[in-house]
Amino acid sequence: MAEAVRPRPSEVLPPVTERIGPLAWLRHNLFSTWYDTLLTLVVLWLLYVTLVPFFEWAVLNATLSGESKDDCAPGGACWALIRVRFGQYMFGLYPDSERWRVVLAFAILVAAMVPLFLPRMKRRIAWAVALILWYPPVAYVLFAGGWFGLEPVETANWGGLFLTLVIAGVGITTSLPLGILLALGRRSEMPTVRAVCIVFIEVVRGVPLVTVLFMASVMLPLFLPPGVTIDKLLRALVGVSLFASAYMAEVVRGGLQAIPKGQYEAAMALGLSYWQMMRLVVLPQALRLVIPGIVNTFIGLFKDTSLVTIIGLYDLLGMARLITTDPAWLGRHAESYLFAAFGFWVFCFAMSRYSMYVEKVLAAGRERR
Amino acid sequence: MRITTLALAGAFALAGIGTAAAASPTLEAVKKNGFVRCGVNASGLPGFATVDDQGNWSGFDVDFCKAVAAAIFGDASKVKYVPLSAKERFTALQSGEIDVLIRNTTWTLARDTALGLDFVGVNYYDGQGFMVPKALGVKSALELDGASVCVQTGTTTERNLADYFRKHNMKYEPVVFESSNEAIAAFQAGRCDVFTTDRSGLYAERTRFSNPDDWVILPEVISKEPLGPVVRHGDNEWGDIVRWVFYATLEAEEYGVTSGNVDELRANSDDPAVRRLLGVEEKFGEYLGLPQDWAYQVIKQVGNYGEIFERNLGMGTPLGIERGLNDLWTRGGLQYAMPFR
Repeated sequence: MAEAVRPRPSEVLPPVTERIGPLAWLRHNLFSTWYDTLLTLVVLWLLYVTLVPFFEWAVLNATLSGESKDDCAPGGACWALIRVRFGQYMFGLYPDSERWRVVLAFAILVAAMVPLFLPRMKRRIAWAVALILWYPPVAYVLFAGGWFGLEPVETANWGGLFLTLVIAGVGITTSLPLGILLALGRRSEMPTVRAVCIVFIEVVRGVPLVTVLFMASVMLPLFLPPGVTIDKLLRALVGVSLFASAYMAEVVRGGLQAIPKGQYEAAMALGLSYWQMMRLVVLPQALRLVIPGIVNTFIGLFKDTSLVTIIGLYDLLGMARLITTDPAWLGRHAESYLFAAFGFWVFCFAMSRYSMYVEKVLAAGRERR
Repeated sequence: MRITTLALAGAFALAGIGTAAAASPTLEAVKKNGFVRCGVNASGLPGFATVDDQGNWSGFDVDFCKAVAAAIFGDASKVKYVPLSAKERFTALQSGEIDVLIRNTTWTLARDTALGLDFVGVNYYDGQGFMVPKALGVKSALELDGASVCVQTGTTTERNLADYFRKHNMKYEPVVFESSNEAIAAFQAGRCDVFTTDRSGLYAERTRFSNPDDWVILPEVISKEPLGPVVRHGDNEWGDIVRWVFYATLEAEEYGVTSGNVDELRANSDDPAVRRLLGVEEKFGEYLGLPQDWAYQVIKQVGNYGEIFERNLGMGTPLGIERGLNDLWTRGGLQYAMPFR
């Protein structure tokens, strides 16, 4: 009986040749029907008429070295501008002789973050919390100077990619904890806490970031006593951080709501306190669920930092714009803006890839696609 | 007896002026800080305020910031530049974040009064103008009847354009755009015959074109945009300083004093006007609460008005702006310094 049921291994035949190989792939994916063929041809033509001139402009006719726009060949990109001004794109008006301090501060950060990525590292959270506590003062001393014989550099001279990273970094590191607290507060059973959190989140989410920055930079000084000025960058940092945390709170709340009630009840049945329950049971699950949302908010925040140009701070985009107004380089907008766009893209893309990696690691137990 | 009384009264009046000048709270603060806080254009304006390859601020407006510093400290580098957007600039001045605003700001009645500001002079007479392709063969804006005009919407530019064509009984077809860049792109692509904005802007935009010589800027100026340095209301002595630093650059040009010959003229000139300007005679520095050689330092370190103009905006620069209205009154322009007496 058993023998009759067991199927005989069938002979392994090579695949039909029309189904594999590049030609078959082309036929199957690009030319399977007449309208597929038409679409393919139209898209190819569009790529041809856009990419070829772009390639000619950006690569073939481009000028790489020179001191002003007069050295650049017409009809080609003038990358000499980026080359001459590279330091300004990176550091803004930060003095040349002091730029090593910024580089050093970022090197320290990278070195301190290496253990977080080591697979066998224990107590990662403790390390990360410690880093958040000790790094900002160290970075501030290096950036601003004034101590240990370092020459003071005013925040007005901070700029370029450096300033973008400072604003985004501060925004990201403050908005996540603040956002979690706000989300918990909004779901709290204490009426005052809940009311305060709801009002904060709804008010901040109800106004554009531009308005927040304008209020901070235009209205605030009028209310301060004469002679008292708060650093413009600090005002922007507070504005951006509060703004991002309101958004973060809603993302985290989404995660909290996705956790089944049974998890809360089980945690309480074990005798865990509120904070233990949140820390050990609820938040680890909730945050894992909303990683895409969190990273989305981070990326949005990173790009929103360019809005500080309207209050006269020179982030990467602001610097790119300022540089094009130098008569020696007038008319070289495209190069400057493309470079700024590339800078933003590199960081946003890196964040996006990293979040996918984190999701994969954390979701090892519950693969679901 | 009478003469003695008069002389005494005069001496007291002078002493009074002297103490008043020294009492300028802004000047005191500037001296204490060791630098002038000067508000400049944050987004940069070609020729007026921008940063060079080394990261130093430069431009026409920036040079007047330097001139004020040179007059006070004898050192043109003692300026702290505060980049400001168009919306922040007045608040920054009112709240004391800056000492003087030199940021291509148009002098209007409302700003001068309701905003609590004081315009001390006009360092650049700007105004709206027209640019056309050379191939069109137009020599004057009055020949533009029936033309299509690219213009940025929602600006005073758009309203001035309508006023001008109505006044001269001409028809035109507006082609409006949200942003100035779009309007220029459309103009270059031939979607309209004429592009209009402030003339300094026209010159700056023209340098960005691939063939700047194929476009002409028409001579007509259809609106008044007098740009000048601004100080806070209420500190008149400080306003006087900024005003007379500006006049010193004009007076120097009028009497042929340049950064090149100022040393020689201070030592050898017999011209009483030059001697007064450079502090060899009279005590103008004292009246202003400044060192006696204040004007000398301005001209030595920054130059006279003509030098500042040519260096940043003139025919030798990519902008190639003619003096026009900004020429001295002796050559048919509007720039006129009050007498140094």
